[in-house]
Amino acid sequence: MCTVCGCGTATVEGGAVGHGHDHSHDHGHSHDHDHGHAHGHTHDHGHDHDHDHANAPVAAAAHVSRGEGAIDYGGGLAGVHVPGLSQERIVRIERDILGKNATLARANRRRLAARGILALNLVSSPGSGKTTLLVATIEALKARLPITVVEGDQQTSNDAERIRATGVKALQVNTGKGCHLDAHMVEHAIDALDPPENSLLFIENVGNLVCPAAFDLGEAHKVVVLSVTEGEDKPLKYPDMFAAADLMLLTKSDLLPHLDFDVAACLAAARRVNPRLEILVLSARSGDGLGEFVAWIERRAALARRPVAATAD
Amino acid sequence: MHEMALMESVLEIVEDEARRAGATRVTVVRLAVGVLSHVDPEALRFCFEAVTNGTTAAGARLEIDRVAGAGWCLDCSTTVALDERFGDCPQCGGRRVQMTAGDDLRVAELEVV
Repeated sequence: MCTVCGCGTATVEGGAVGHGHDHSHDHGHSHDHDHGHAHGHTHDHGHDHDHDHANAPVAAAAHVSRGEGAIDYGGGLAGVHVPGLSQERIVRIERDILGKNATLARANRRRLAARGILALNLVSSPGSGKTTLLVATIEALKARLPITVVEGDQQTSNDAERIRATGVKALQVNTGKGCHLDAHMVEHAIDALDPPENSLLFIENVGNLVCPAAFDLGEAHKVVVLSVTEGEDKPLKYPDMFAAADLMLLTKSDLLPHLDFDVAACLAAARRVNPRLEILVLSARSGDGLGEFVAWIERRAALARRPVAATAD
Repeated sequence: MHEMALMESVLEIVEDEARRAGATRVTVVRLAVGVLSHVDPEALRFCFEAVTNGTTAAGARLEIDRVAGAGWCLDCSTTVALDERFGDCPQCGGRRVQMTAGDDLRVAELEVV
């Protein structure tokens, strides 16, 4: 009898006949395994052990090979082996699934704060005009504040190129299949960009109103961008993002005369999911309201600022 | 669909804990997912198999315990049950309810061999 799985002994004659199942248990012992069968048949049955040696570092298999011709079933975790009863046990964990991202985000936040850098995470649906808004904002601010930009997109470096055309340093992060930036990507982006002290770091997230809400990047504030060509009930449809943000920008306001968009209803919907949300209405194209956004940034950049370390003589 | 990324984090935790416990195989993974959290349990199930394939957790059963939602109503000054993240207070109908429970997203326990 196979003592690993308890399958029958009626496999004596005829080699591969009968014992034709696949053992798919992943034990981590090395082979040459001898079942110590006392009967004298040749052990040529199709006894397929799928040994998964990728699991080699995992200690203590249910049975442990003790050199030639011995397998110790008492070497398992419970110290005994009772046929038919597994040595299964429960491991209590209670670990936060986003814990690792949260840890990395905290490290990013500390690192940015220590250098007086204000980081803003811009989130929105695709096509809300984040990059156009960024270009206009950078043009208005770049003379007064050093700026760097992390651009997140699934593919292409088009956005980073648009930002670089303003003369500001930008790094494109392509997430491939990913639907959001995470704290680990931003950590590497900060390494690569090396933003100067007391500067402004824009992180333009992947255009997606769902997933980026769940991933803290270590930014000071999430800024959610909603354009007037989208529905006014979007804050209710995608509440997580609006709840996670500190500032909402209602953009493309120059198009309002051509639309039936109800600004008051939209702002009410946004405040319903997040009563603390600050809201600015603006147009990157006409420049209306852009000054208020620039002032909002400058106030926060001033608060983030650290005294420049005295240079040693 | 950040459920895939979440499941990858789940797998990382599971493999780490299985290694620590000296287990060879994980048979059950039990998650605690709050009803007010931003994930869809069905999407998690869909991703689980894809992510665990070829790992110590291959073939493991995924169990998802839903954690009930609750909030603090500022007007009633009491804890109320919530079944929507931004729901109104079921007692007074007011909107000033702050979520206090049901946002969970945890790996609660494993069964291992």
